[in-house]
Amino acid sequence: MTDIQQGGDTATTMTEDAQGQPALEVSDLHVEFRTRDGVATVLNGVSYHVDPGETLAVLGESGSGKSVTAQTVMGILDSPPGFVTGGEVRYQGENLLTATESRRVAVRGEEVAMIFQDSLSALNPVFTVGFQIEEQFRIRRGMSRKDARKRAVELLDLVKIPNPQSRVTQYPHEFSGGMRQRAMIAMSLALDPEVLIADEPTTALDVTVQAQIMDLLGELQRERNMALILITHDLGVVADVADRIAVMYAGRIVESGDVYSLYRNPAHPYTLALLESIPRLDVRGQELNTIKGLPPNLMRIPEGCPFNPRCTRAEDRCRTEMPELHQLGEGRASRCHFASELINNG
Amino acid sequence: MTSGDATLAPGVPDRAEKSRSLGADAWRELRTNPLFVISCVIILIIVVMMAFPGLFTSVDPNLGDLSKARQSPGGDAWFGYDTQGRDIFSRVIYGARASMLVGIGATVVQVVVGVLLGVLGGFFGRWVDVIISRIGDIFFGLPFMLGAIVVLTTLNPPQSSPGQVAIILQVVLSIAVLSWPISMRLMRSATLTAKQQDYVKAARSLGASTPRIIFRHLLPNSIAPVMVYATIALGANIGAEATLSYLGVGLRPPVVSWGVMVSDAATYFETSPHMLLIPAGFVTFTVLGFVMLGDAVRDAMDPKSR
Amino acid sequence: MAEPILQVTDLVKHFPVRQGVLFKHIVGQVKAVDGVSFELNEGETLGVVGESGCGKSTLAQVLMRLEEPTSGSAVFQGKDMFSLRGKDFKALRRDMQIILQDPYTSLNPRMTVGDIVGEPFEIHPEVAPKGSREQKVRELLDVVGLSPEHLNRYPHQFSGGQRQRIGIARALALRPKVIICDEPVSALDVSIQAQVMNLLGDLQKEFGLSYVFIAHDLSVVRHLCDRVAVMYLGKIAEIGTEDQIYEHPTHPYTQALLSAVPVPDPTLRGHREVIRLTGDVPSPMDPPSGCRFRTRCWKAQDICAQETPALEVRAGGHLSACHFAEEKPEVIAG
Repeated sequence: MTDIQQGGDTATTMTEDAQGQPALEVSDLHVEFRTRDGVATVLNGVSYHVDPGETLAVLGESGSGKSVTAQTVMGILDSPPGFVTGGEVRYQGENLLTATESRRVAVRGEEVAMIFQDSLSALNPVFTVGFQIEEQFRIRRGMSRKDARKRAVELLDLVKIPNPQSRVTQYPHEFSGGMRQRAMIAMSLALDPEVLIADEPTTALDVTVQAQIMDLLGELQRERNMALILITHDLGVVADVADRIAVMYAGRIVESGDVYSLYRNPAHPYTLALLESIPRLDVRGQELNTIKGLPPNLMRIPEGCPFNPRCTRAEDRCRTEMPELHQLGEGRASRCHFASELINNG
Repeated sequence: MTSGDATLAPGVPDRAEKSRSLGADAWRELRTNPLFVISCVIILIIVVMMAFPGLFTSVDPNLGDLSKARQSPGGDAWFGYDTQGRDIFSRVIYGARASMLVGIGATVVQVVVGVLLGVLGGFFGRWVDVIISRIGDIFFGLPFMLGAIVVLTTLNPPQSSPGQVAIILQVVLSIAVLSWPISMRLMRSATLTAKQQDYVKAARSLGASTPRIIFRHLLPNSIAPVMVYATIALGANIGAEATLSYLGVGLRPPVVSWGVMVSDAATYFETSPHMLLIPAGFVTFTVLGFVMLGDAVRDAMDPKSR
Repeated sequence: MAEPILQVTDLVKHFPVRQGVLFKHIVGQVKAVDGVSFELNEGETLGVVGESGCGKSTLAQVLMRLEEPTSGSAVFQGKDMFSLRGKDFKALRRDMQIILQDPYTSLNPRMTVGDIVGEPFEIHPEVAPKGSREQKVRELLDVVGLSPEHLNRYPHQFSGGQRQRIGIARALALRPKVIICDEPVSALDVSIQAQVMNLLGDLQKEFGLSYVFIAHDLSVVRHLCDRVAVMYLGKIAEIGTEDQIYEHPTHPYTQALLSAVPVPDPTLRGHREVIRLTGDVPSPMDPPSGCRFRTRCWKAQDICAQETPALEVRAGGHLSACHFAEEKPEVIAG
């Protein structure tokens, strides 16, 4: 057990440790959902890290645990039903899971911020957009109303919302979907976080707006040398912006690596099948390769490799033995018995 | 052909491989809820009392022995005797029938009227909805007790002595007429939500008739809130019966009901409190039973709790 | 060339916007669909793409007559769909069906799968005599890749992809000729999306179906469609074969739309030319004069504000509604 750290002494260590240490590190995280139908193992030993200035894409389908990981990192996991049963979330070396509630509150927004998919429900409809941004400055920074308003306008300008002076007094429903997402980005950046978690930030948006928002996120990230964790199911968006990828399946990271080599040469059958099953704009093909079956029920994850019932190359061994995480060099890793074969054949 | 039916959806537990309707799910939830079990026991007892009073007592509830008037509870009469020397235990048992009849009758009428008008207003919208909603508002605006008192006194001037069936019907209708707008509103808003659902669009695309859409698709999916309300309203209606009877405008002798008993006992409260407390207690417990049942049903049907 | 199975001409659907507390008066019209014409040939798939608010879903509703059109006509197998009433209208339902987007709300939660897929036969009893219905439902479930044993289960016992299959089985029950697919795969996970898309393709071959395939995902549309119509603010901007639209688009909006779609290939990063549109889609209550795209278009000239460009054959040999329609070299690099 780590001792509970006090809020005060971390400020100094932060700047010193920033060199050579990941901005955020999740290790061996276990989360289960206890429902009246039974216990679902939602996260089963998830580990990843993200460095300052880096974009990590966490890729997965619904139920893979990609959003639950983010919620656990932020400390906003609904409990019940969710319970963290093991693992650590280290922000610049400090384990957030054992930190005091007041420290967690301080970290949230100041150090690690999050933007959500549904900007309409993530913003409070009865307050103006400006008020919701200003609130953080007033509460967290003790600013006066006037200064906070000035900062809010600057932020809206930063995320390229036209006429920020008048926009700041409008309500969320007066914004279009793309504008709302910009406002939410402005809000998350208000306290200069070191790590930004974006949970499907463009899924609800049209492609032309999606392109604008991803550009904006990339630009802001570069300017601030922020670590960005992008949670998405969209292989196209990932290919466009990510530095590294972690592919999740049934509560585990099944493959990780840098974006170029992972797309060129996937080392896990799931990643490979996923890449082959999506229709592509630049390719006209007749039949898509499909992944047979469904993702597993998290209350009874198959024995051995959780992907084995859907895997085309599954052998007896896969049905009984959980594959190790094979390190494949150059930051690549895969949780498949045949990882090295796959990567060599590719 | 691709086949994706190997396993069930994530989140579906092992033991439920067989067909499982939403109702069956709710029932599974209910059975394990102590609130539900307790309320069911209370209601079951009352219902058996209402159906077979002879099982509980062999004493005639109207047989008066003035020599025993206002005797406190004791050996041969568990709940004592009333002012005319009638056995209170027996009267409470027999009184369940009239009280429950009024409660159930009023609830059924108010829910049936409310549900039908609500689903019609919600489904058709426009002027149908405007007319139904405004009429509902008017009735909703009338003070409930005052309205019932006015109706009942007008129908039965002080000297008249209406028949048993007539007075029960009158009480049932006067309660129902003044309270149907609540179930109408609940039903209307639930219908408006259900109407937006894609399965209604799909049914219309198939060419489903209006009655089919209403009875097959809308009603089953929007009735839940009204059912919860009805359970609670049933208790409230039993209380309303007691109130009206106590005020002398509801049921009256020779009908035996808990309200009539409370009314009879009111003047003797200081000397013989048991005469009032016992029927009032029964009213309270019954109302409590139904309110608890309503709570349990609401919890079981609330999709957010699952 | 054979007669098209469905010919839509100048279809308009305006929704009046009412305001006022006691006496509602009409303060404007949302021009959701504003003069749309296209034809659908037998056995083909016509894709309709566009961003939210372009009117593509309203188009689906009007074609299914879930909403009555404001004006315009649609001729289905030689008959004017919008003038059909009573029995003829009901018969039309047998020939045209819809698959809806959201597999979670498109199935009645209180009906079993058997009841849901069998409902078309109850509504149209002449299609299948009572005794044969269960057998037919079992066959339909088999066709869409579900186990016929699942007959007595309820929708919430299935995953999204399986539910969508149930919805497809229901749409297939009456053996329609045309199926309107309103974003049928956009609510599904990537690995499930491919299964359902393949299923739709297989069914088309097996039953000779014609699809109007409405979607916002251009990659999905390219994969499934023979011809594609691009919609913007209630109008068709460009329509042509899959190859014409994807390889040789001439409307600036199509070009921008295509360039914005991310391609799952990191090596193309920085090599793809992405046309950045600025601003938002204008309100359909008050669309710009002339060409509707002109407020966001980099080619816009005075004429674009004055004159509505007609949807006619222009450069590239297909219909395009731009005064300056021209192919842009290398829209998709690589």
